[in-house]
Amino acid sequence: MSFFGFGQTADIDIILSGSDTRKLAEIKTEDGKKEKHYLYYDGESVSGKVNITLKKPGMKLEHQGIKIEFIGQIELYYDRGNHHEFTSLVKELVRPGELAQNTSYNFDFVNVEKPYESYTGSNVRLRYFLRVTIVRRLSDIVKESDIIVHTLASYPEMNSSIKMEVGIEDCLHIEFEYNKSKYHLKDVIVGKIYFLLVRIKIKHMEIAIIKRETTGSGPNTFNENETIAKYEIMDGAPVRGESIPIRLFLAGYDLTPTMKDINKKFSVRYYLNLVLVDEEERRYFKQQEIVLWRKGEKTRKPIQQPQSVPPENK
Amino acid sequence: MDSEEKVPQDSTRRLQPKKQTLDDAYAAPANFLEIDVRDPITHGIGRNRYTDYEVRMKTNLPVFKMKESSVRRRYSDFEWLRTELERNSKIVVPPLPGKAWKRQLPFRADEGIFDEEFIEERKKGLEMFVNKVAGHPLAQNERCLHMFLQEQELDKTYIPGKIRSS
Repeated sequence: MSFFGFGQTADIDIILSGSDTRKLAEIKTEDGKKEKHYLYYDGESVSGKVNITLKKPGMKLEHQGIKIEFIGQIELYYDRGNHHEFTSLVKELVRPGELAQNTSYNFDFVNVEKPYESYTGSNVRLRYFLRVTIVRRLSDIVKESDIIVHTLASYPEMNSSIKMEVGIEDCLHIEFEYNKSKYHLKDVIVGKIYFLLVRIKIKHMEIAIIKRETTGSGPNTFNENETIAKYEIMDGAPVRGESIPIRLFLAGYDLTPTMKDINKKFSVRYYLNLVLVDEEERRYFKQQEIVLWRKGEKTRKPIQQPQSVPPENK
Repeated sequence: MDSEEKVPQDSTRRLQPKKQTLDDAYAAPANFLEIDVRDPITHGIGRNRYTDYEVRMKTNLPVFKMKESSVRRRYSDFEWLRTELERNSKIVVPPLPGKAWKRQLPFRADEGIFDEEFIEERKKGLEMFVNKVAGHPLAQNERCLHMFLQEQELDKTYIPGKIRSS
């Protein structure tokens, strides 16, 4: 009998191997709090052990099998019932029977593909987790444990600068330039704004980073914009021929890599928004997409200095 | 000796700016536009009175044919301009100072809409309105604005249209 508090029940703990050397990463939860989980990359094995602790001493736990699953799934907040699993692996830990005492089982998902980065957004969430299920006749005992996956990229072969002349006919012409089109998450955006024609009374200029999360497709496409960063780069009225420098350090902001059409379910793209404000609070703006990518962390190695080179004083 | 990884010095260096000529740096600004609403005069007597104001404009914007102009306009002319801009252009037109219906009722202790203080407040509001509107790049393309600012008489039967600067 396993209802009304009679019958045995159990606690499940999932312990990942190598957790003493593995890094933790942070991710936001749906309600905005930050959580830490172990960080994995594509191709790495996910292994460890499952500890099952019987809660009532002296009683056996009958079950229809115990299994562990590795799942990668996309949850669209407006469509909660349907989780889209893009990765699903299962291993049977033990066949149907009964447990007489606390038991531990090893598991090893070898070289698991993790094609996408973990992401928690405004309308969609992509997560990877392990799920242990003790199958029983009336109610299963389930435990989930999340991991975080980062996707790494390397310096792109082509990374041209962005340079464009924009404006309003006869009123305002500017040329803007950003040193690259693809930036890694700890990169610096270096740019400049050059004024060709200024027939309006400009009060100040600011630059912002906008994140656009797109969910759904076709007529049901939904875009959500979020301003991640904003700051003033010029105060006062410029004249023709003036150049205003831009230097924006990305490491200080909560950014993810650009994600395009992930499993055909969602995209996350980033834009630089240049805004000029005139004395009557009218806003003139130009948005430009930039691609963000995640660089792998290099471990520091000591380098031997050749004897003949004196230390530089700069 | 150990050597630390140095941040490459180019990675945050400013982009090379184009040099600004001294002419450009010290020239008169290309955005000079000043409009004063001044000199209120109440014409007529008794119930046939009305107040008008001088609208004086100085500018170097090429879109305006005259670099200096002076016309006289009354409150209803400003209302006409606002209606025309709302109808013909896509801009959100700022509000005018109030119509002051209460002041037009009889048996007031003061001069109603011909009261000096009221006219002064209204004058300031009209000046704010016309400067806001005249500085708007889209409003600058409207014939009604050019006629309002630079032609002596308002032709309310005009054909609305856009102006391009030559």
